[in-house]
Amino acid sequence: MTAGDTIYALSSGVGKAAFAVVRLSGPGTGALLRALIGDLPPPRFAAVRTIRDVSGETLDRAIVLWFPGPSSFTGEDCAEFHLHGSPAVIQAVMAACSNWPDVRPAEAGEFTRRAFTNGKMDLVEAEGLADLLEARTAGQRAQAFRQMSGAASSVFDSWREQLLLIRADIEASVDFTDEEGVAEAATPGIDRRIAALLYEMEESLRLSIASEVIRDGVRVVLAGAPNTGKSSLLNALSRREAAIVSAIPGTTRDSIEVTMDIRGVPVFLTDTAGLRSSAADLVEEEGIRRTRQHMAAADVLLWVWSPDVSGSPIIEPGTAPDLVICNKADLEGAGARSQPRDTVLVSTRTGQGLPLLLERLSGLLRDRYGSGDSALLVSARQKTAVQRSIRYLNAAMTIPAACVELKAEDIRRASEEIGRLTGRVDVEEWLGAIFSRFCIGK
Amino acid sequence: MQQKFDVIVVGGGHAGCEAAASAARFGARTALVTHRADTIGEMSCNPAIGGLGKGHLVREVDALDGLMGRVADRAGIQFRMLNRSKGPAVRGPRAQADRKLYRQAMQEAIAAEPGLTVIEGAAAGLLMGPAGIQGIRCDDGREFTCAAVVLTTGTFLNGLIHIGDRRIPAGRHGEPPSHGFSAQLAAAGLKLGRLKTGTPARLDGRTIDWSRLEEQKGDEVPVAFSFLTQKIDTPQVSCFITHTTADGHRLIAENLHRSPMYSGQIEGVGPRYCPSIEDKINRFRDKETHQVFLEPEGLDDDTVYPNGISTSLPEDVQDAFLRTMPGLERVTVKRWGYAIEYDYVDPRELTSALEVKRMPGLYLAGQINGTTGYEEAAAQGLLAGWNAARRASGQDAVIIDRAQGYMGVMIDDLITRGVAEPYRMFTSRAEYRLSLRADNADLRLTPLGLQGGLVKSERARAFQQRQARILDGLSLARSLSVTSGEAARRGLKVNQDGLRRTALDLLAVPEIGWEKLAVFWPELARLPPDVVEAVEAEALYAGYIDRQETEIAALRREDQLKLPADLDYSAMPSLSAELRQKLQRVRPATLGQASRIDGMTPVALGVILAQVKRAGRQSAA
Repeated sequence: MTAGDTIYALSSGVGKAAFAVVRLSGPGTGALLRALIGDLPPPRFAAVRTIRDVSGETLDRAIVLWFPGPSSFTGEDCAEFHLHGSPAVIQAVMAACSNWPDVRPAEAGEFTRRAFTNGKMDLVEAEGLADLLEARTAGQRAQAFRQMSGAASSVFDSWREQLLLIRADIEASVDFTDEEGVAEAATPGIDRRIAALLYEMEESLRLSIASEVIRDGVRVVLAGAPNTGKSSLLNALSRREAAIVSAIPGTTRDSIEVTMDIRGVPVFLTDTAGLRSSAADLVEEEGIRRTRQHMAAADVLLWVWSPDVSGSPIIEPGTAPDLVICNKADLEGAGARSQPRDTVLVSTRTGQGLPLLLERLSGLLRDRYGSGDSALLVSARQKTAVQRSIRYLNAAMTIPAACVELKAEDIRRASEEIGRLTGRVDVEEWLGAIFSRFCIGK
Repeated sequence: MQQKFDVIVVGGGHAGCEAAASAARFGARTALVTHRADTIGEMSCNPAIGGLGKGHLVREVDALDGLMGRVADRAGIQFRMLNRSKGPAVRGPRAQADRKLYRQAMQEAIAAEPGLTVIEGAAAGLLMGPAGIQGIRCDDGREFTCAAVVLTTGTFLNGLIHIGDRRIPAGRHGEPPSHGFSAQLAAAGLKLGRLKTGTPARLDGRTIDWSRLEEQKGDEVPVAFSFLTQKIDTPQVSCFITHTTADGHRLIAENLHRSPMYSGQIEGVGPRYCPSIEDKINRFRDKETHQVFLEPEGLDDDTVYPNGISTSLPEDVQDAFLRTMPGLERVTVKRWGYAIEYDYVDPRELTSALEVKRMPGLYLAGQINGTTGYEEAAAQGLLAGWNAARRASGQDAVIIDRAQGYMGVMIDDLITRGVAEPYRMFTSRAEYRLSLRADNADLRLTPLGLQGGLVKSERARAFQQRQARILDGLSLARSLSVTSGEAARRGLKVNQDGLRRTALDLLAVPEIGWEKLAVFWPELARLPPDVVEAVEAEALYAGYIDRQETEIAALRREDQLKLPADLDYSAMPSLSAELRQKLQRVRPATLGQASRIDGMTPVALGVILAQVKRAGRQSAA
């Protein structure tokens, strides 16, 4: 199995649909097309062709697109079959492909990997595309698309540019010390410029944490005393019977998680075992232990209580829920006890308050995780590079002006970290910046 | 006359002298072929050696037992340590040199080298045999055979001097150019280009009004270049500073069209960091005045070199312009300034031993490789001569990498990136600047020279003594220690954490200098200055250098990943056309070298690596 193979894959979703797209990439694509449809359609034009297997049997009449390399997604020769969406047709066409020598099904992500290897996208873009393909919700998709289309790269480029100019001035004061006026013009304000850049980078890092949550899904946890109706809430919110609901306190022995999309934000909603001091058995005790773990790891904590559960504390001491929900609001006593003013009253039985709860929850998610507009550093690789760069810039700030070579060393390292994201910062670039700014030469 | 040698060096400039001397030191029977033996060691441009980056190179040449440092110490008439107030890594020794003393000292050093013959003649071509270089031919028909040739022809290859609209074929002032080699190298398929450099008029010092000028003195205690020099004995003099004026700027602006730089007569590219005065005035119109350093050319020579105003304007403009500067109102000119264009070989044709890839046995050094500067030339000459001699005796090439010395940085830059303008060394080109210091050049390189047969016994002995002194000094600084409380009582500001700190730890604190510690521990006061310098640098940079070790390890890993010489970059359509072209030209020997090609991206490196692995699999299958 080598990178020189021609690969194919069903590129549209699995399941019944009007159309299905099968994509091909690799050096054998042209030959395969000729074998299956008799000729090569004009490049990059939609052509209707009859697809036949080796025995001459007609498999489908479909739209065929031919993208000769390097002007293609992967940089190799590529083709797409837009087939009728029947599983039988798809199966037959894919089988016909695999009968051809050196043609095989693609591994996961192999098209992207080939595109990257062939220089069709930079690392930042490739990471963005991988996210785009995996995106589950609108918010994730928007973020991945920004990344792939180079918005992230342009911010990195601006940091790189700022570092380059800072570095040019520092180096000028070292290497052209005997040139009249250079050091005097180059050094003042360096620390201020470093500080300004640091602020930008730290701000991005902070936002990227929110962005990461969006990428991975926001962990929303339902917690409260037993029998307050957390499982019913989960079922009502996710509109499916994911959790077993009963009137017996302590029914939920372990945590239950459902994935949902709240107005474009991916959410993992977790129902937990009710908290009480006297667990009925070891299993429940273990469940409670897990509940506390989930509460600690939650991005958003929803605290549920109900008026019929005697002694159900409004809020467990030591926790700071993001939202308090009074369930069973149709029962007497709801709202009667002292509770936070913005407690949401709901009844899973009548459906009362559920739209309001969703509204509040999505508002909270939007406020906290935003639309991901300024969130740039989504991959661990990008975050690490920026974190390191920040560390070096902070170090540079602490160095007294007299030790300019040490300051320069920290700036060098900071710019090399950013260079990992954007391409290296080249000596000729900062020399160019120096020579265009200062009249050097004795 | 002897006809057969191991190594023949063509050219007696700074590259040629070091090349011939290092080949001879290695033990090769060596000939130095030059037009005139009395121009050996001539300083064609400014009468100064060293500076930032350049001073580092001189120390490295010296560490490998080369000549430049010792010769400059004998000829130096004003020594200055640049960046003295900054850290040791960016201090660079520099000296004004007496042109005649320099030439004499260099000629004596060449004459003193056993196994080195000087041949006067005009080398005109290479003798090629089936196995490569066989010798050289002179224009008078004499032929000399050898196993390796080092070409150090400076600005002589198709040299063309410009003064105004006059063009004079010349290698430098008053000497004929060399025509044969360019054609022969081009015929062998080498890519040649054209560069330009310039020089100012030389003034008669007796016609300068010195009383009106600002004086610039040298350092009170001159710091020598060579690790072997005990003391500078040559008398020391001052430089003086004048400046350009509004009148002068106007004059040049009005006559710009008469400069061959602007009329289009000059094709070669000049250095950005050494612009002509017409360039300075034209490009930086807001700058009302430029400094001009008046540098003496010698103790018993009235010639003055006005540094900062190289020009190719016609004589009448030069004359009028000079007289617009304070102190120069009645100056007379001894020689006019000029620009010179010359051929160079694209250094991407070379290996890291400075051998031409397509012509085994032929080595190039100095301006022929697109560099500028005496020091850059000397460092290349030393390495080329050394490697030529090693080849002649059947030994492997010696390579100095970017982590070992400025020499390594320069050669890697040249062979990987080529040049777009004359290449000059700057400390900022060296990513491991903190460890590549002028003060430790011998500690870095002398062991390599000893191992590689280049260092003679006198230096070997001196080096071993100095190394022992420094090690003793370091262990002394590590053995002396004090608690934080005690330190505070003695007026040393440290964190009151109750920890003990050694003298070395304390030196890393910028506010605590050697003097304070020497009061504390009188035994430190007894250490010689070179040991103090080494201990201070060690203390100051220890934390940074530890971090650099990781980077250096990564560099060496990538440099060990060899790329096949016949890798077909044109078959990597996904690389940009520009990058493909660069790769085809450079043919990087390693992945590390490829990564340093300008414009290289991580993605492109991934592509190359993928191609190599694919090729490996296919050949294995």
